[in-house]
Amino acid sequence: MQNGEHRGVKEALDRAGAYGPDVDLSQFNVGESDLEQIEDLQKVDADTKDLMVNVGVVSDENGRDGSIVFINNSMSHCSNKTEDGVELLSTRDAVAKYDWLKDYFWKAVDPEKDKFTAKTYIEESDGYFIRVKKGYHAKNPVQTCMLIKNKNTMQNLHNIIIIEEGASLEIITGCTTDRHANNALHIGVSEIYVKEGGSLAFSMIHNWGEDTTVRPRTGCILEKDAKYVNNYVILNPVGTLQSNPVTYLNGEGASCTYNTICLAPKGSNIDSGGVVFLNAPNTNAEIMSRSITNGGNMIARGKLSGNAEKVKAHLECRSIVLEDGGLTLAIPELESTVADVEMTHEAAVGKIDQDQIEYLMSRGLTEDEAVSMIVRGFLVGGIKGLPPHLMKEIDEAVEKANLGN
Amino acid sequence: MTHIGAIMLEIIDLHVEAGGREILKGVSLKINEGETCVLFGPNGSGKSTLLAAIMGYRHCKVTSGKIMFKGQDITEMGVDERARLGIGMMMQRPPNVSGVKLGDLVKATAKGDASVLDKAESFKMDNFLGRDVNVGFSGGEIKRSELLQLTAQKPDFVLLDEPESGVDLESIDLIGRKVHDLLYTKDGNKACDGSRCARHVSALVITHTGQILDYIGADKAYILQNGVIRCSGRPTDLLKDIRERGYKECISCRMVNIEE
Ligand SMILES: Nc1ncnc2c1ncn2[C@@H]1O[C@H](COP(=O)(O)OP(=O)(O)OP(=O)(O)O)[C@@H](O)[C@H]1O
Ligand SMILES: [Mg+2]
Repeated sequence: MQNGEHRGVKEALDRAGAYGPDVDLSQFNVGESDLEQIEDLQKVDADTKDLMVNVGVVSDENGRDGSIVFINNSMSHCSNKTEDGVELLSTRDAVAKYDWLKDYFWKAVDPEKDKFTAKTYIEESDGYFIRVKKGYHAKNPVQTCMLIKNKNTMQNLHNIIIIEEGASLEIITGCTTDRHANNALHIGVSEIYVKEGGSLAFSMIHNWGEDTTVRPRTGCILEKDAKYVNNYVILNPVGTLQSNPVTYLNGEGASCTYNTICLAPKGSNIDSGGVVFLNAPNTNAEIMSRSITNGGNMIARGKLSGNAEKVKAHLECRSIVLEDGGLTLAIPELESTVADVEMTHEAAVGKIDQDQIEYLMSRGLTEDEAVSMIVRGFLVGGIKGLPPHLMKEIDEAVEKANLGN
Repeated sequence: MTHIGAIMLEIIDLHVEAGGREILKGVSLKINEGETCVLFGPNGSGKSTLLAAIMGYRHCKVTSGKIMFKGQDITEMGVDERARLGIGMMMQRPPNVSGVKLGDLVKATAKGDASVLDKAESFKMDNFLGRDVNVGFSGGEIKRSELLQLTAQKPDFVLLDEPESGVDLESIDLIGRKVHDLLYTKDGNKACDGSRCARHVSALVITHTGQILDYIGADKAYILQNGVIRCSGRPTDLLKDIRERGYKECISCRMVNIEE
């Protein structure tokens, strides 16, 4: 690659993100890319194991078809139980192996978008490459774990996911920082391609440090009849997170769903959005956002852009504010360039209904238990098809958050 | 007659405000252990407000007076504490709780004991366990759901706000039997078989028609009018008076006091 030669990208190194507070990249050291390999995930130290479990990554790899672990910028582990159908590589290895990959490389995300994409481009950052071969249906999810181990560290990854024609896969990604990794920065550029009739469910659980800066950049291109489900879950305090994945429904009949579930306690700054371009006829999109703020700042964005006939899309941002202070902001946007579209949105910000709390309390539940139950119901109630492991994480986080009083 | 024990609930000169208006203007009544009392009264007289105040709902503000339960002053106590002391309530209009599955609430009410869910079938609620609590429930379904929850809760004293209203003639039998079981059953064991039973659970029941009394019997009745108790007497007598003469005349009726 001749990455360094692009002048436009170099200029983009100074370009702040469209949303979220600006970040001075020079504060961070680029994470090492030559850390020791972990052959057996069961043999990692107890601390790391805990960190992984907390974001849904299981070290015994039971019920997982493959695992990839990135520590800082090193692909520290890669195992694969279904090599006949799924290919797992580092992005660098994949680029070296497949000439055709250039058709996918920086095609769903523009490297000049902002300093985060530019940095990743210029560093020629590694990342993971996941390919599911034509017609193959993976039985179990592939898990990936993004762990930042050291303080002042920048993790910048470039991931590529390709679901070939008629294939399907579920990916569980856990993002987390080590207890001592203060003031870390995560940049994850992900380019996702779902080919005709393919299907991808991508669940991300985040458990960052209270001062971590998180800037994912995701672009996703769907062909005819392709399906994409994006579950994005942030339940623990995070310094500042700004994410706004973009999906292009370019093939007729393609559909995508974003489910975003956030808790924003004091100290958290979350700016979480989603954009879907419905560029082909009969495409469908749904953006569902549920958030609870108790003292933190929570911005929920969503944008649907209808550019073809007979598209149908719905956007829903709902927030419960548990206490004064902090900020809750819902910004739903609909835009259309053709007449025959059906796009709707709904936004609601409010408190929990006291009558509901007391009703549950009249059954003997404490106020904490009642609030937790209502909050859990609010977060997951209207959302279809959340995988069971996510429900478990959500339950535990809601319980831990002590939302009553 | 049933065995009457110690005082379960005693309300002394209770004044309650709701929505910035005084609704209850000095209510006093007493319910003994194992006793069932009926509360009659015209629409808007304050019956539901009285029950909500006993349960401890915050929108009913006690401005003076006292509520004693099992010998304790509970006037200032939170709803959950009262529930844990043994008070349970079937609301006239319980709120929708979106996202919370009825099954989860019933299980949590039974302190996590999932076996209680097996009882749902006999309430014809087995198909509702996966639905959001009260959301889109019909009138009769709400009653059955409330009774299932109370069965999971096993209170010592229940407040029943019009258990039979809005229930069709066929379903009223199911509701009636379930309310009966709730009052005469303790820890899952029937306290009786046949007619001679010991009532274990005390109750304060609001009814307009008296239909529910065919299933549970009642020891005494009060008529609440405009926030004060106007009459007390035998439930059948008062019901007859109300039926024949209406509330207006009945209020001027003989003030029978069966509390000796
Ligand atoms: N939160 C409130 N705000 C304003 N008014 C209230 C409130 N709660 C009750 N009230 C009023 O208090 C009065 C008594 O209401 P309550 O529900 O106790 O009547 P009720 O005797 O149960 O009547 P019904 O037989 O129709 O159920 C009514 O006039 C009602 O409108
Ligand atoms: Mg009423």
